[in-house]
Amino acid sequence: MKTIANVFHQLERWLEPVIEGIIRLCGISAIIFVFGIFFFVFREGMGFFFGGLDIVEFLTSPDWYPTSLNNKRYGVLALIAGTFSVTALAMVIAVPFGLGAAIFVSEFCGPKLKETLKIVIELLAAIPSVVWGFIGLTVMNALIIELFTVPIGLTMLNGGIILALMSVPIIVSIGEDALKAVPDSYREAAEALGATRWQVIYRVLLPTAKNGLLAAVLLGVGRAVGETMAVLMTTGHAVKIPTSPFDSVRTLTATIAAELGEAAVGSDHYRVLFIIGVLLFSITFIVNFVTDLVIKGIREKA
Amino acid sequence: MFNKVLCAIVIVASCLFSSGCSKKDEIGGKNETDKAEKFVIQNAGSDTMVNLAQGWAEEYATVEPNVSIEVSGGGSGTGIAALISNTVDIANCSRQITPEEGERAKQNTGEAPKEFIVGHDALAVYVHKDNPLDEISIDQLANIYGEGGNLTKWSQLGIENSKCVNDEIIRVSRQSNSGTFFYFREAILGRHRDYKLGSRDLHGSKDVVGLIAHTPCAIGYSGMGYATVEVKMLKIAKNIGDTAYAPTVQGVMDGVYPITRPLYMYSLGTPEPQEQSFLDWIFSPAGQAIVEKTGYVPVGQQ
Repeated sequence: MKTIANVFHQLERWLEPVIEGIIRLCGISAIIFVFGIFFFVFREGMGFFFGGLDIVEFLTSPDWYPTSLNNKRYGVLALIAGTFSVTALAMVIAVPFGLGAAIFVSEFCGPKLKETLKIVIELLAAIPSVVWGFIGLTVMNALIIELFTVPIGLTMLNGGIILALMSVPIIVSIGEDALKAVPDSYREAAEALGATRWQVIYRVLLPTAKNGLLAAVLLGVGRAVGETMAVLMTTGHAVKIPTSPFDSVRTLTATIAAELGEAAVGSDHYRVLFIIGVLLFSITFIVNFVTDLVIKGIREKA
Repeated sequence: MFNKVLCAIVIVASCLFSSGCSKKDEIGGKNETDKAEKFVIQNAGSDTMVNLAQGWAEEYATVEPNVSIEVSGGGSGTGIAALISNTVDIANCSRQITPEEGERAKQNTGEAPKEFIVGHDALAVYVHKDNPLDEISIDQLANIYGEGGNLTKWSQLGIENSKCVNDEIIRVSRQSNSGTFFYFREAILGRHRDYKLGSRDLHGSKDVVGLIAHTPCAIGYSGMGYATVEVKMLKIAKNIGDTAYAPTVQGVMDGVYPITRPLYMYSLGTPEPQEQSFLDWIFSPAGQAIVEKTGYVPVGQQ
């Protein structure tokens, strides 16, 4: 008996550091993954990035001809313009709706309606992006042609609306959490001073929950920038710098999705798609970084 | 007590072990009989040929119930890529394999791809059924689709496309791994000219026809097998003023329709006996009848 107890004791002494190590690993795994992904993506694109790619032309030329027989051109300006225009349009639609819904859910509606709304909004977030794309391709396409009498409905507007619908649930649920985190004593104090409901929201709640609301919006932006399938299906997938919401556009993500399957491994085309991946990575990194700065700035001011 | 525990462990372990073994035997035996019953041929590639390949697979299942053919699409480039990585037995391709691709397949798998021409396809140029245009020449198509081309309005073709709201010619094209994309470029623009940017690049032969059916301003190209009642196939002339010919089996067989191409199947090295008998059957009258039934032109008649 004594020996068994001893063995267990011994085992524990060995096991403890191991378990501690595993937990530590879990904690820093996010960092490892981020750097690992960045390293892998960059390594695949590196060969062309340093050897042959004209980086100025890459960023400033709208000519995207990766499969031309004798004059291959890799300019992504039109694709960047596509990504930014669709995302911006989506946010113009999604932010008022998302924040409005968050305020309504958190401040105005009764507990029963609140539960129902939250479930429905979460359901909205659970719809797969290919289904959204399908709705855009069939329903929205016909609707846009009919409503605006334009020749084709697979446009920036279509993609923007679909992306907005996809990011609204994120904005609502995180925005609602941020508003919920404002202590009730603030509301009570404001109302005791005779503030109307609108004044409470506008003057007290929104400034207090600013950080959380900003985070909600930026997560929505992240969702919109990174979305692939839905924009591939709804934006018309045309390499063109848009001049109106009724132009077809093509995004960076959709280009990777549509072309990576066929690009021969190791070819310039393959590598340039990975460089686009690095570009996307940098865009999201900058968005996150700026968010951090903004939030910090707000904190210091407050 | 220690002994008892040990005993129990031994008993449990032996039970698990023996039952595990007997179960495994059962499964293994079943698998073997299954294998003897069904020989699976993986078949992937050209989107143009998906309907045809599925027709063959279904019919062949009644001819040779012991062989099952699994068909998938994705584009000619995808099929060749799968052949190079040795994940398909037979690749469908609506363009000829390039020398580099053949070389890579040989390097990767040790065997050179073997080519079979299994049918012919006429690429039809589609417009909406209400479009009054009936025929078009290769030069005109080049001026619509080609880089630097100046045909952008339907009225420039001398017609009044009254259903089209702003008279703009909406170009529908294909994603760049499509054999159809490559072939149409070569047939219309030659080897030294690229497509004009800004076309709507769709992801399947069927999608092209589907979009044109709902878009009165659109023009697009796809295999003639994809024609529906909602779209119109244009007659094609070599030059303006020449006689224009409709994409029909007869027109292809007589060699007068200008945009026709062979449809290929590729295997790695010499096909296995089961694959060979499938290919033999494809070339038999029964197999070629399906070629004609799905809207393509049989081989050996041209």
